[in-house]
Amino acid sequence: MLIPHPLLGLRDAQEFTYLGDANLMNRPDPNAPNAEAMFCDYVFLRDNPAGVHRELWYHEQGDRSWLVVTRNTVTHEILGAELASDVALAHREGSK
Amino acid sequence: MTRLSGGLIDRNTSFSFTFDSKTYTGHEGDTLASALLANGVRLMGRSFKYHRPRGVVAAGSEEPNAMVELRSGARTEPNTRATVAELYDGLVAKSQNRIGSLAFDALGVNDYFAPFFAAGFYYKTFMWPRAFWEKLYEPMIRRAAGLGRLSMQADPDSYDKGFLHCDVLVIGAGAAGLAAALASARAGAQVILCDEDFRLGGRLMTESHRLDGAPATDWISSLEAEFETFPNLRIMRRTTVFGVYDHGIYGAVERVSDHAAEPGDKVRQTLWRITAKRAILAAGATERHIPFADNDRPGVMLGAAMRAYANRWAVAPTKSAKDPIAIFTNNDDGHRTALDLMSKNVPILGVIDSRENAPRFGDYDLFAGSMVTGTKGRLGLKEIEITNGGTASWHRCAALGVSGGWNPNVHLASHHRGRPVWDDTLLSFVPGADGPAGLIPAGACAGLGSTAKALADGAKAARTALSELGMKAPDIALPDAEDMPVSQADFWHVPGKKRAWVDFQNDVTVKDIVLAHKENMKPVEHLKRWTTLGMATDQGKTSNVSALAVMAELTGKSIPQTGTTIFRSPYTGVSLSVLGGGDTGVNFRPRRLTPTHTWAKSQGAEFVEVGQWMRAQYFPQAGETDWRESVDREAKAVRKDVGLCDVTTLGKVDVQGADAGEFLNRMYSNMMGTVAVGKVRYGLMLREDGFAYDDGTCARLGEDHYVVTTTTANAGLVYRNMEFARQCLWPELDVQLISTTDAWAQIAIAGPKSRLLLERVVDEFDLSNDAFPFMGCAKLTVCKGLRARLFRISFSGELAYEIAVPARYGNALMARLMELGSDLGVTPYGTEALGVLRIEKGHAAGAELNGQTTAKMLGLGRMVSVKKDSIGAVMSRREGLASDARRLVGLLPVGSTERLMAGSHLFAQGAAQTIETDQGWVTSACYSPHVGGYIGLGYLENGDTRMNEEIIAANPVEGSEMRLRVVPAHFVDPEGERLRD
Repeated sequence: MLIPHPLLGLRDAQEFTYLGDANLMNRPDPNAPNAEAMFCDYVFLRDNPAGVHRELWYHEQGDRSWLVVTRNTVTHEILGAELASDVALAHREGSK
Repeated sequence: MTRLSGGLIDRNTSFSFTFDSKTYTGHEGDTLASALLANGVRLMGRSFKYHRPRGVVAAGSEEPNAMVELRSGARTEPNTRATVAELYDGLVAKSQNRIGSLAFDALGVNDYFAPFFAAGFYYKTFMWPRAFWEKLYEPMIRRAAGLGRLSMQADPDSYDKGFLHCDVLVIGAGAAGLAAALASARAGAQVILCDEDFRLGGRLMTESHRLDGAPATDWISSLEAEFETFPNLRIMRRTTVFGVYDHGIYGAVERVSDHAAEPGDKVRQTLWRITAKRAILAAGATERHIPFADNDRPGVMLGAAMRAYANRWAVAPTKSAKDPIAIFTNNDDGHRTALDLMSKNVPILGVIDSRENAPRFGDYDLFAGSMVTGTKGRLGLKEIEITNGGTASWHRCAALGVSGGWNPNVHLASHHRGRPVWDDTLLSFVPGADGPAGLIPAGACAGLGSTAKALADGAKAARTALSELGMKAPDIALPDAEDMPVSQADFWHVPGKKRAWVDFQNDVTVKDIVLAHKENMKPVEHLKRWTTLGMATDQGKTSNVSALAVMAELTGKSIPQTGTTIFRSPYTGVSLSVLGGGDTGVNFRPRRLTPTHTWAKSQGAEFVEVGQWMRAQYFPQAGETDWRESVDREAKAVRKDVGLCDVTTLGKVDVQGADAGEFLNRMYSNMMGTVAVGKVRYGLMLREDGFAYDDGTCARLGEDHYVVTTTTANAGLVYRNMEFARQCLWPELDVQLISTTDAWAQIAIAGPKSRLLLERVVDEFDLSNDAFPFMGCAKLTVCKGLRARLFRISFSGELAYEIAVPARYGNALMARLMELGSDLGVTPYGTEALGVLRIEKGHAAGAELNGQTTAKMLGLGRMVSVKKDSIGAVMSRREGLASDARRLVGLLPVGSTERLMAGSHLFAQGAAQTIETDQGWVTSACYSPHVGGYIGLGYLENGDTRMNEEIIAANPVEGSEMRLRVVPAHFVDPEGERLRD
């Protein structure tokens, strides 16, 4: 597979390490009253859709960027890739 | 000899070769198969199950029968198709799957037991008695079945892998591929043209058709001359594109020197990973046969293959060129074989055409509305039975060409779960529209098989590819070529009671398919597994569609309703050697050498693999005969004098930024960031699920500058997790990370005389206990100006330091310390002594941090701060983890000098030894020269409150037991005074 790195252009998937569901970026609030239950979901439960999926890839053999890659798990078509830090910051802005 | 006139062989270059130790002669341009046929050799192998005598069926990579062991000794390559083995001088080949000679194979008796080997026999027989399966039946079946044998020696050749990129990849250099490559190359695109053959031309080389009124080879030669002028075109002969992968990536194997006895200074094969913006699949088509009774004798082959041998290799597949040949066909194309053979003066018995209204194309005997219903000839075809209506007659016939129509080679177009679609006119599957993106099928593999249509379609595919890439396609002049329509009958096999082979290589007959149908193995996937149809090395290239047709007939469904199997790579077999691409032996994975490796090697160190690292394990001295002797000596030297150990492999992460301290507080369970400048703190890292993950130290070198260490094993993973936290969880923090594991050589200087030794290398640095106490750190210079970092930390429990210098000075610093410390008894120590020293001190390592243990179990429960959040903190408090009562303890054997084994399980004395009564396990064990016996560490239920209790360590694997006393987890200097000294 080729992954369109937002800074480096098309890069071979072999340069990356795969993590999985981009929801792993949404670490629960440790101070919430039901924090333990929320962390259980966060740690152990993942979506595994057949179709469009947002997932985390790490450019380990490259610039060490974490990317959020939108990929169709059925066709392997890649619909986009963003820097995870941009996504995380935007998410924070949005939730303010 | 059965050489005919003409052909693309060089009669001036003769090659000598052997088959089953008999010497023959062939020519340059021959394959092993064509050369054997030219020598009148028709018997080339034995079938898989029944050991039936077999000859060559095809003239290309689809060959199911003629498989040989090529070469000898370590280079022996089993299951090589003689049809694609390019002849070279000195080639050595052996037939396979036989006991005794090829002509007399003892396992030929299997054929007489054929009723026992019907479809699914494997699942039905050999069921009883049960114990016989493993000891008797399976070894017996495995010996009887199977094809070639491995040499059981290491492959002496080298392999390589490479990466290529292009605009247009053209797969196949037949009519369509050549036209596509020409158009693409003229347009200026970067083009790669691959063909599995050693010559360009595909079927243009094997047909007698003319282009612009001249032999097709003239056109190919003129193209090859023009191709030479294109710097943007790369031609790869002997290269099979075997698979389509995501996003325009294609796998290909180039057989660089398979056509030589030995590769010399070249690699044997290269695995190419080709990234192509567009690909044109011009893979051609494969002829299918028509199953009839006893259709598997040597001499019965595909009609187009017979034509190919005559036209390209100038051979007739008979004992003598005077023997008559017959053709059995259900279509017009079959008649061409008769015409081509006649033009080479081969006697023709006639053309047997299943169609009542069969057309006649030449002056030969035509058996219209007839079928071949039987054959004779044990080791080679002698007679055939021709049946017309109810009348059967036997005819002398040395070879029979069978033409059942063409199957487009849809394989690559059907990767990625693309489904081929049925074409009722062509009576074959053609590529579907849902094939791999960017792949354009053209020519015969798209169902356009006449020469003129293939040429035009290749050019059209190039135009499509180029326009999609925004390039202008030039008009190319294509030569005039034949464009004969081919009429064909919907006729798939000759009905009858005797065995009619569908899949030659796996010995699957029409009867087997009928049986599978009877036993309700109707879906094509079941059919395949029940009968093993299409599961041999040829993957059913000549059999799958015919088998579907038989099943369709039985079920009353159409062929497309019956289904197709899913196509997967590789198109033809790929050797594991080339997939490894040379990554064998020491090159299997990267090897990392420590900065003191050269020095350690010069000292005669034994090395051990620690992940990718090669670390010095111990340093044997003259007179030491056992590793334990060396290790004991090294460990004692550290406790008595001073020892040196390369600890570079521990991960080092440089953490900088205004929020670096806050970041570390969130990564580590304890308050890591508040360590004072110039101090080091021990830290514990959890996984987010609450289990202990990794430990290390954090040295604060400046207000905004920390260096943390990780265990050797987790160096890469911890760094990855830290980057994840920095980028994905807390991007708002001002913190930067870089791994500096390889940048600094780090040497532990441990032992009571370590300060004395260190004083001799530092440049005016006060090492006194007051000025530089335990857990101090500093930047300084050593050896008159070399920048260094010094940490007063101790893994051994002795007064100890770790000194880091730029990695390139590692060897020099080690040598200097050894030289300066000779009067202090300085001793290098390896990982074994390092392990002994840390077990003696009860320090956790990989065996204790195995991913199943908690901070509490380690006795570090208080290190999980409740004042702040950190990775894993919330989950570490969940009940299941918090209530785990096992604790790290020391273990001493009682009344035994036997070796204590790590991994032994712990039980109360007198208790049954079951999972329910299991109380923990021994994590680490070693011989301690300071205790004078074996010692161990382990996790024990309520271990912290069971000091001095005697328990049992059971090793059920070896059936041994040992009594142990529970002691505190430090065997040396329990108060920890030495390291603060």
